[in-house]
Amino acid sequence: MTADDGFDETLFELALRMGDNALILGQRVSAWCGHAPVLEEDIAMANVGLDLIGQTKLWLGLAGEIEGKGRSADDLAFLRADRAFRNCLLVEQPNVDYAHTLMRQYLFDAWHLPMLTALKQSAEPRVAEIAEKSAKEAAYHLERSSDLVIRLGDGSVESHERMQAALNALWPFTGEFVAPDDVDKAAASRGLGPDLSAIAERYNETTAAVLRDATLSAPADAPVRKGGKEGLHSEHLGYLLSEMQWLQRSHPGAQW
Amino acid sequence: MTAAGTLPSEKDIWRWLEDVPDPEIPVVSVVDLGIVRDVAVDKGGAVVTVTPTYSGCPATAVIAMEIETALRKKGLDPVRLETRLSPAWTTDWISDEGRSKLKEYGIAPPVQGTSCAGAMKQANATVACPRCGSENTEEISRFGSTPCKASWRCRDCLEPFDHFKSF
Repeated sequence: MTADDGFDETLFELALRMGDNALILGQRVSAWCGHAPVLEEDIAMANVGLDLIGQTKLWLGLAGEIEGKGRSADDLAFLRADRAFRNCLLVEQPNVDYAHTLMRQYLFDAWHLPMLTALKQSAEPRVAEIAEKSAKEAAYHLERSSDLVIRLGDGSVESHERMQAALNALWPFTGEFVAPDDVDKAAASRGLGPDLSAIAERYNETTAAVLRDATLSAPADAPVRKGGKEGLHSEHLGYLLSEMQWLQRSHPGAQW
Repeated sequence: MTAAGTLPSEKDIWRWLEDVPDPEIPVVSVVDLGIVRDVAVDKGGAVVTVTPTYSGCPATAVIAMEIETALRKKGLDPVRLETRLSPAWTTDWISDEGRSKLKEYGIAPPVQGTSCAGAMKQANATVACPRCGSENTEEISRFGSTPCKASWRCRDCLEPFDHFKSF
Protein backbone atom coordinates (compact mmCIF):
# COMPACT_ATOMS: atom_id res chain seq x y z
CA MET A 1 0.00 0.00 0.00
CA THR A 2 2.02 2.92 -1.25
CA ALA A 3 -0.14 5.92 -2.03
CA ASP A 4 0.45 8.25 -5.00
CA ASP A 5 2.18 10.76 -2.77
CA GLY A 6 4.76 8.11 -1.84
CA PHE A 7 3.40 7.53 1.66
CA ASP A 8 4.06 3.91 2.56
CA GLU A 9 1.09 3.14 4.79
CA THR A 10 2.01 -0.51 5.35
CA LEU A 11 5.48 0.34 6.57
CA PHE A 12 4.11 3.18 8.71
CA GLU A 13 1.56 0.85 10.34
CA LEU A 14 4.19 -1.83 10.93
CA ALA A 15 6.49 0.64 12.72
CA LEU A 16 3.56 2.06 14.73
CA ARG A 17 2.43 -1.38 15.86
CA MET A 18 5.89 -2.39 17.01
CA GLY A 19 6.39 0.96 18.72
CA ASP A 20 2.98 1.13 20.37
CA ASN A 21 3.26 -2.40 21.81
CA ALA A 22 6.60 -1.48 23.36
CA LEU A 23 5.37 1.93 24.55
CA ILE A 24 2.17 0.80 26.24
CA LEU A 25 3.77 -2.20 27.94
CA GLY A 26 6.74 -0.03 28.95
CA GLN A 27 4.33 2.46 30.55
CA ARG A 28 2.46 -0.35 32.31
CA VAL A 29 5.51 -2.01 33.85
CA SER A 30 7.12 1.28 34.83
CA ALA A 31 4.17 1.82 37.18
CA TRP A 32 5.77 -0.84 39.43
CA CYS A 33 8.79 1.36 40.04
CA GLY A 34 8.91 1.83 43.81
CA HIS A 35 5.99 -0.58 44.36
CA ALA A 36 7.18 -4.06 43.36
CA PRO A 37 7.02 -6.84 45.98
CA VAL A 38 10.82 -7.14 46.35
CA LEU A 39 13.68 -4.82 45.49
CA GLU A 40 15.15 -7.09 42.79
CA GLU A 41 11.81 -7.22 40.99
CA ASP A 42 11.41 -3.47 41.30
CA ILE A 43 14.75 -2.95 39.57
CA ALA A 44 14.02 -5.62 36.97
CA MET A 45 10.63 -4.11 36.08
CA ALA A 46 12.10 -0.63 35.75
CA ASN A 47 14.85 -1.96 33.49
CA VAL A 48 12.47 -3.94 31.30
CA GLY A 49 10.36 -0.79 31.01
CA LEU A 50 13.44 1.20 30.10
CA ASP A 51 14.40 -1.23 27.33
CA LEU A 52 10.86 -1.08 25.95
CA ILE A 53 10.71 2.72 26.01
CA GLY A 54 14.13 2.81 24.31
CA GLN A 55 12.81 0.53 21.58
CA THR A 56 9.71 2.71 21.31
CA LYS A 57 11.90 5.71 20.50
CA LEU A 58 13.46 3.82 17.61
CA TRP A 59 10.19 2.46 16.19
CA LEU A 60 8.15 5.65 16.55
CA GLY A 61 11.10 7.68 15.27
CA LEU A 62 11.02 5.50 12.16
CA ALA A 63 7.22 5.82 11.88
CA GLY A 64 7.53 9.62 11.94
CA GLU A 65 10.25 9.47 9.30
CA ILE A 66 8.11 7.29 7.01
CA GLU A 67 5.09 9.52 7.49
CA GLY A 68 7.18 12.53 6.49
CA LYS A 69 5.04 15.12 8.26
CA GLY A 70 7.65 16.12 10.78
CA ARG A 71 6.14 14.21 13.71
CA SER A 72 8.78 13.04 16.20
CA ALA A 73 8.66 9.91 18.36
CA ASP A 74 7.53 12.14 21.24
CA ASP A 75 4.74 13.68 19.14
CA LEU A 76 3.47 10.23 18.23
CA ALA A 77 3.67 8.98 21.82
CA PHE A 78 2.14 11.97 23.58
CA LEU A 79 -0.18 13.64 21.11
CA ARG A 80 -2.21 10.83 19.57
CA ALA A 81 -5.66 9.87 20.81
CA ASP A 82 -6.56 6.29 21.74
CA ARG A 83 -8.05 5.37 18.36
CA ALA A 84 -4.73 6.16 16.67
CA PHE A 85 -2.83 3.65 18.82
CA ARG A 86 -2.00 0.33 17.18
CA ASN A 87 -0.91 -1.84 20.12
CA CYS A 88 -2.48 -5.23 20.73
CA LEU A 89 -5.01 -5.35 23.58
CA LEU A 90 -2.82 -7.56 25.80
CA VAL A 91 -0.27 -4.86 26.63
CA GLU A 92 -2.87 -2.33 27.81
CA GLN A 93 -4.46 -4.74 30.29
CA PRO A 94 -4.04 -3.47 33.85
CA ASN A 95 -1.28 -4.65 36.22
CA VAL A 96 -3.84 -6.07 38.73
CA ASP A 97 -1.28 -8.00 40.81
CA TYR A 98 2.23 -9.31 40.27
CA ALA A 99 0.94 -12.56 38.79
CA HIS A 100 -0.99 -10.68 36.08
CA THR A 101 1.98 -8.43 35.44
CA LEU A 102 4.41 -11.32 35.00
CA MET A 103 2.02 -13.44 32.98
CA ARG A 104 1.30 -10.50 30.65
CA GLN A 105 5.05 -9.94 30.31
CA TYR A 106 5.69 -13.57 29.50
CA LEU A 107 2.84 -13.82 26.98
CA PHE A 108 4.22 -10.69 25.30
CA ASP A 109 7.91 -11.71 25.38
CA ALA A 110 7.09 -15.11 23.86
CA TRP A 111 5.70 -13.26 20.81
CA HIS A 112 8.12 -10.34 20.83
CA LEU A 113 11.31 -12.39 20.43
CA PRO A 114 10.27 -14.50 17.40
CA MET A 115 8.66 -11.42 15.82
CA LEU A 116 11.82 -9.34 16.20
CA THR A 117 13.99 -12.23 15.08
CA ALA A 118 11.90 -12.51 11.91
CA LEU A 119 11.99 -8.74 11.36
CA LYS A 120 15.79 -8.88 11.26
CA GLN A 121 15.22 -10.27 7.74
CA SER A 122 12.94 -7.39 6.72
CA ALA A 123 13.35 -6.03 3.21
CA GLU A 124 13.39 -2.57 4.82
CA PRO A 125 16.88 -2.08 6.31
CA ARG A 126 15.71 0.46 8.92
CA VAL A 127 13.26 -2.11 10.27
CA ALA A 128 15.91 -4.83 10.23
CA GLU A 129 18.41 -2.84 12.26
CA ILE A 130 15.93 -1.80 14.95
CA ALA A 131 14.84 -5.44 15.17
CA GLU A 132 18.45 -6.59 15.49
CA LYS A 133 19.03 -4.24 18.40
CA SER A 134 15.72 -4.99 20.15
CA ALA A 135 15.85 -8.77 19.70
CA LYS A 136 18.83 -9.02 22.04
CA GLU A 137 16.91 -7.23 24.75
CA ALA A 138 13.75 -9.25 24.11
CA ALA A 139 15.74 -12.50 24.44
CA TYR A 140 16.91 -11.43 27.87
CA HIS A 141 13.36 -10.46 28.89
CA LEU A 142 11.99 -13.80 27.71
CA GLU A 143 14.59 -15.78 29.65
CA ARG A 144 13.63 -13.92 32.80
CA SER A 145 9.85 -14.03 32.39
CA SER A 146 9.90 -17.74 31.45
CA ASP A 147 11.88 -18.53 34.61
CA LEU A 148 9.46 -16.59 36.80
CA VAL A 149 6.32 -18.05 35.25
CA ILE A 150 7.70 -21.54 35.89
CA ARG A 151 8.81 -20.75 39.43
CA LEU A 152 5.52 -19.16 40.45
CA GLY A 153 3.27 -21.51 38.50
CA ASP A 154 5.03 -24.52 39.99
CA GLY A 155 5.43 -22.74 43.33
CA SER A 156 3.17 -22.50 46.36
CA VAL A 157 -0.55 -23.21 46.29
CA GLU A 158 -1.30 -19.50 46.30
CA SER A 159 1.27 -18.53 43.64
CA HIS A 160 -0.04 -21.34 41.42
CA GLU A 161 -3.64 -20.20 41.81
CA ARG A 162 -2.77 -16.60 41.07
CA MET A 163 -0.73 -17.47 38.00
CA GLN A 164 -3.53 -19.71 36.69
CA ALA A 165 -6.07 -16.93 37.25
CA ALA A 166 -3.82 -14.50 35.38
CA LEU A 167 -3.41 -16.96 32.52
CA ASN A 168 -7.18 -17.48 32.30
CA ALA A 169 -7.74 -13.74 32.13
CA LEU A 170 -4.96 -12.94 29.66
CA TRP A 171 -4.81 -15.91 27.31
CA PRO A 172 -7.73 -14.68 25.13
CA PHE A 173 -5.64 -11.62 24.22
CA THR A 174 -2.69 -13.58 22.82
CA GLY A 175 -4.32 -14.57 19.52
CA GLU A 176 -4.26 -10.99 18.27
CA PHE A 177 -0.47 -10.96 17.96
CA VAL A 178 -0.44 -13.81 15.48
CA ALA A 179 -3.76 -13.34 13.66
CA PRO A 180 -2.84 -11.61 10.39
CA ASP A 181 -4.96 -8.70 9.14
CA ASP A 182 -4.64 -6.78 5.86
CA VAL A 183 -1.63 -4.79 7.05
CA ASP A 184 0.21 -7.92 8.19
CA LYS A 185 -0.55 -9.63 4.90
CA ALA A 186 0.59 -6.64 2.84
CA ALA A 187 3.80 -6.42 4.89
CA ALA A 188 4.47 -10.14 4.45
CA SER A 189 3.85 -10.02 0.70
CA ARG A 190 6.52 -7.32 0.32
CA GLY A 191 8.96 -9.03 2.67
CA LEU A 192 8.73 -6.15 5.15
CA GLY A 193 7.40 -8.39 7.89
CA PRO A 194 7.04 -12.12 8.50
CA ASP A 195 4.25 -14.53 7.67
CA LEU A 196 2.45 -14.53 11.01
CA SER A 197 1.46 -18.19 10.76
CA ALA A 198 5.14 -19.08 11.24
CA ILE A 199 5.24 -16.86 14.33
CA ALA A 200 2.03 -18.48 15.58
CA GLU A 201 3.58 -21.92 15.32
CA ARG A 202 6.64 -20.82 17.25
CA TYR A 203 4.45 -19.06 19.82
CA ASN A 204 2.32 -22.11 20.46
CA GLU A 205 5.37 -24.34 20.85
CA THR A 206 7.23 -22.13 23.32
CA THR A 207 4.21 -21.24 25.43
CA ALA A 208 3.07 -24.88 25.57
CA ALA A 209 6.48 -25.96 26.88
CA VAL A 210 6.77 -23.21 29.50
CA LEU A 211 3.18 -23.53 30.71
CA ARG A 212 3.63 -27.28 31.03
CA ASP A 213 6.75 -26.79 33.17
CA ALA A 214 4.82 -24.20 35.17
CA THR A 215 2.00 -26.74 35.74
CA LEU A 216 -0.45 -24.24 34.25
CA SER A 217 -2.98 -24.84 31.53
CA ALA A 218 -4.18 -22.36 28.96
CA PRO A 219 -7.98 -22.23 28.78
CA ALA A 220 -9.30 -24.30 25.90
CA ASP A 221 -11.51 -22.69 23.25
CA ALA A 222 -10.94 -19.19 24.57
CA PRO A 223 -12.35 -16.57 22.20
CA VAL A 224 -9.71 -14.35 20.58
CA ARG A 225 -10.06 -10.78 21.84
CA LYS A 226 -8.73 -8.35 19.28
CA GLY A 227 -9.12 -4.89 17.78
CA GLY A 228 -6.07 -3.01 19.02
CA LYS A 229 -4.21 -3.25 15.72
CA GLU A 230 -6.99 -1.24 14.11
CA GLY A 231 -7.29 1.22 16.98
CA LEU A 232 -10.29 -0.38 18.72
CA HIS A 233 -9.13 -0.59 22.31
CA SER A 234 -10.39 -1.71 25.70
CA GLU A 235 -11.44 0.94 28.19
CA HIS A 236 -8.10 0.58 29.99
CA LEU A 237 -6.09 2.38 27.31
CA GLY A 238 -7.89 5.71 27.81
CA TYR A 239 -6.95 5.83 31.49
CA LEU A 240 -3.36 4.90 30.71
CA LEU A 241 -3.07 7.60 28.06
CA SER A 242 -4.63 10.29 30.21
CA GLU A 243 -1.89 9.71 32.76
CA MET A 244 0.95 9.24 30.28
CA GLN A 245 0.02 12.20 28.09
CA TRP A 246 -1.07 14.61 30.80
CA LEU A 247 2.06 16.74 30.85
CA GLN A 248 2.31 17.28 27.09
CA ARG A 249 -1.38 18.04 26.81
CA SER A 250 -1.48 20.44 29.75
CA HIS A 251 1.78 22.17 28.86
CA PRO A 252 2.14 21.82 25.07
CA GLY A 253 5.75 21.84 23.93
CA ALA A 254 7.14 21.47 27.45
CA GLN A 255 10.72 20.19 27.48
CA TRP A 256 13.11 18.91 30.13
CA MET B 1 42.97 22.63 15.09
CA THR B 2 45.60 21.67 17.61
CA ALA B 3 47.93 24.18 19.20
CA ALA B 4 50.65 23.51 16.65
CA GLY B 5 48.18 24.38 13.90
CA THR B 6 48.24 20.93 12.36
CA LEU B 7 45.12 18.90 11.80
CA PRO B 8 44.63 16.14 14.35
CA SER B 9 44.66 12.62 12.97
CA GLU B 10 42.04 9.97 13.56
CA LYS B 11 44.55 8.30 15.84
CA ASP B 12 44.65 11.46 17.99
CA ILE B 13 40.87 11.43 18.27
CA TRP B 14 40.82 7.78 19.31
CA ARG B 15 43.43 8.59 21.96
CA TRP B 16 41.37 11.53 23.27
CA LEU B 17 38.26 9.40 23.39
CA GLU B 18 40.11 7.01 25.68
CA ASP B 19 39.87 9.76 28.29
CA VAL B 20 36.09 10.10 27.97
CA PRO B 21 34.59 8.06 30.82
CA ASP B 22 31.34 6.16 30.82
CA PRO B 23 29.05 8.32 32.99
CA GLU B 24 27.73 5.41 35.05
CA ILE B 25 30.93 3.36 35.35
CA PRO B 26 33.60 6.08 35.19
CA VAL B 27 36.57 3.70 35.43
CA VAL B 28 36.01 2.57 31.84
CA SER B 29 36.18 4.82 28.80
CA VAL B 30 33.76 4.89 25.89
CA VAL B 31 36.54 3.24 23.85
CA ASP B 32 36.98 0.45 26.44
CA LEU B 33 33.24 -0.23 26.21
CA GLY B 34 33.47 -0.72 22.45
CA ILE B 35 30.68 1.73 21.68
CA VAL B 36 32.78 4.02 19.47
CA ARG B 37 32.49 2.36 16.07
CA ASP B 38 34.15 4.87 13.80
CA VAL B 39 36.06 8.14 13.85
CA ALA B 40 36.61 10.46 10.90
CA VAL B 41 38.29 13.83 10.50
CA ASP B 42 36.19 16.23 8.48
CA LYS B 43 37.02 19.87 7.62
CA GLY B 44 38.74 20.67 10.90
CA GLY B 45 36.01 18.86 12.79
CA ALA B 46 35.20 15.26 13.54
CA VAL B 47 32.47 12.71 12.96
CA VAL B 48 32.19 10.07 15.68
CA THR B 49 29.94 7.05 15.14
CA VAL B 50 28.57 5.57 18.33
CA THR B 51 26.38 2.53 18.94
CA PRO B 52 24.05 2.38 21.96
CA THR B 53 24.58 -0.31 24.60
CA TYR B 54 20.91 -0.79 25.49
CA SER B 55 18.27 1.02 23.46
CA GLY B 56 16.86 2.56 26.65
CA CYS B 57 20.15 3.29 28.41
CA PRO B 58 19.79 6.75 29.97
CA ALA B 59 23.56 7.28 29.69
CA THR B 60 23.46 7.40 25.89
CA ALA B 61 22.62 11.11 25.66
CA VAL B 62 25.22 11.98 28.31
CA ILE B 63 27.88 9.98 26.48
CA ALA B 64 27.17 11.86 23.25
CA MET B 65 27.45 15.18 25.08
CA GLU B 66 30.69 14.20 26.79
CA ILE B 67 32.31 13.08 23.54
CA GLU B 68 31.34 16.33 21.88
CA THR B 69 32.63 18.43 24.80
CA ALA B 70 35.93 16.53 24.97
CA LEU B 71 36.66 16.93 21.28
CA ARG B 72 35.64 20.58 21.21
CA LYS B 73 38.11 21.21 24.03
CA LYS B 74 40.79 19.81 21.74
CA GLY B 75 39.82 22.44 19.18
CA LEU B 76 37.73 20.30 16.87
CA ASP B 77 34.75 22.07 15.36
CA PRO B 78 32.20 20.98 14.30
CA VAL B 79 31.85 17.69 16.15
CA ARG B 80 29.11 15.51 14.77
CA LEU B 81 27.80 12.32 16.38
CA GLU B 82 26.16 9.59 14.40
CA THR B 83 24.29 6.59 15.77
CA ARG B 84 24.75 3.16 14.27
CA LEU B 85 22.38 0.38 15.35
CA SER B 86 23.74 -2.45 13.25
CA PRO B 87 25.69 -4.56 14.01
CA ALA B 88 24.21 -4.38 17.50
CA TRP B 89 26.60 -3.75 20.38
CA THR B 90 27.79 -6.79 22.28
CA THR B 91 29.78 -7.09 25.49
CA ASP B 92 32.30 -9.10 23.45
CA TRP B 93 33.46 -5.68 22.18
CA ILE B 94 34.59 -4.58 25.65
CA SER B 95 38.39 -4.41 25.50
CA ASP B 96 40.65 -6.57 27.67
CA GLU B 97 41.77 -3.40 29.38
CA GLY B 98 38.13 -2.49 30.03
CA ARG B 99 37.53 -5.91 31.55
CA SER B 100 40.40 -5.63 33.99
CA LYS B 101 39.34 -2.08 34.94
CA LEU B 102 35.81 -3.32 35.66
CA LYS B 103 37.14 -6.12 37.83
CA GLU B 104 39.40 -3.80 39.83
CA TYR B 105 36.42 -1.49 40.34
CA GLY B 106 34.44 -4.39 41.87
CA ILE B 107 32.25 -5.25 38.88
CA ALA B 108 32.60 -8.79 37.55
CA PRO B 109 33.23 -8.39 33.81
CA PRO B 110 31.16 -10.24 31.20
CA VAL B 111 32.33 -13.70 30.25
CA GLN B 112 33.95 -13.39 26.82
CA GLY B 113 32.07 -15.13 24.01
CA THR B 114 28.77 -15.61 25.85
CA SER B 115 26.96 -12.59 24.50
CA CYS B 116 24.03 -14.36 22.87
CA ALA B 117 20.92 -15.28 24.83
CA GLY B 118 21.18 -18.51 26.76
CA ALA B 119 24.93 -18.86 26.10
CA MET B 120 25.87 -18.43 29.75
CA LYS B 121 23.67 -21.37 30.70
CA GLN B 122 24.78 -23.51 27.78
CA ALA B 123 28.46 -22.87 28.38
CA ASN B 124 27.88 -23.45 32.09
CA ALA B 125 29.90 -20.27 32.50
CA THR B 126 30.76 -19.08 35.97
CA VAL B 127 31.20 -15.54 37.12
CA ALA B 128 34.16 -15.05 39.44
CA CYS B 129 33.70 -12.92 42.55
CA PRO B 130 35.60 -9.65 41.94
CA ARG B 131 36.51 -9.51 45.65
CA CYS B 132 37.88 -12.97 46.50
CA GLY B 133 38.07 -14.59 43.06
CA SER B 134 35.89 -17.56 44.04
CA GLU B 135 33.78 -19.09 41.29
CA ASN B 136 31.27 -20.33 43.83
CA THR B 137 28.79 -17.55 43.02
CA GLU B 138 25.09 -17.22 42.24
CA GLU B 139 22.78 -14.83 40.45
CA ILE B 140 20.41 -12.92 42.75
CA SER B 141 18.65 -10.89 40.11
CA ARG B 142 18.89 -10.64 36.35
CA PHE B 143 18.96 -6.87 36.60
CA GLY B 144 21.10 -4.56 38.69
CA SER B 145 21.80 -0.91 39.36
CA THR B 146 22.03 -0.06 35.64
CA PRO B 147 20.59 -1.74 32.52
CA CYS B 148 23.95 -3.35 31.77
CA LYS B 149 24.39 -5.10 35.11
CA ALA B 150 22.94 -8.07 37.01
CA SER B 151 23.15 -8.68 40.77
CA TRP B 152 25.24 -11.62 41.96
CA ARG B 153 26.46 -12.95 45.29
CA CYS B 154 29.60 -14.84 46.31
CA ARG B 155 28.83 -17.99 48.33
CA ASP B 156 32.33 -18.01 49.83
CA CYS B 157 33.02 -14.45 50.97
CA LEU B 158 29.24 -13.69 51.00
CA GLU B 159 29.80 -10.39 49.23
CA PRO B 160 27.03 -9.25 46.88
CA PHE B 161 28.42 -7.77 43.66
CA ASP B 162 27.47 -6.34 40.28
CA HIS B 163 28.08 -8.40 37.18
CA PHE B 164 28.35 -6.62 33.84
CA LYS B 165 26.05 -9.07 32.13
CA SER B 166 26.97 -10.81 28.92
CA PHE B 167 24.87 -9.33 26.19
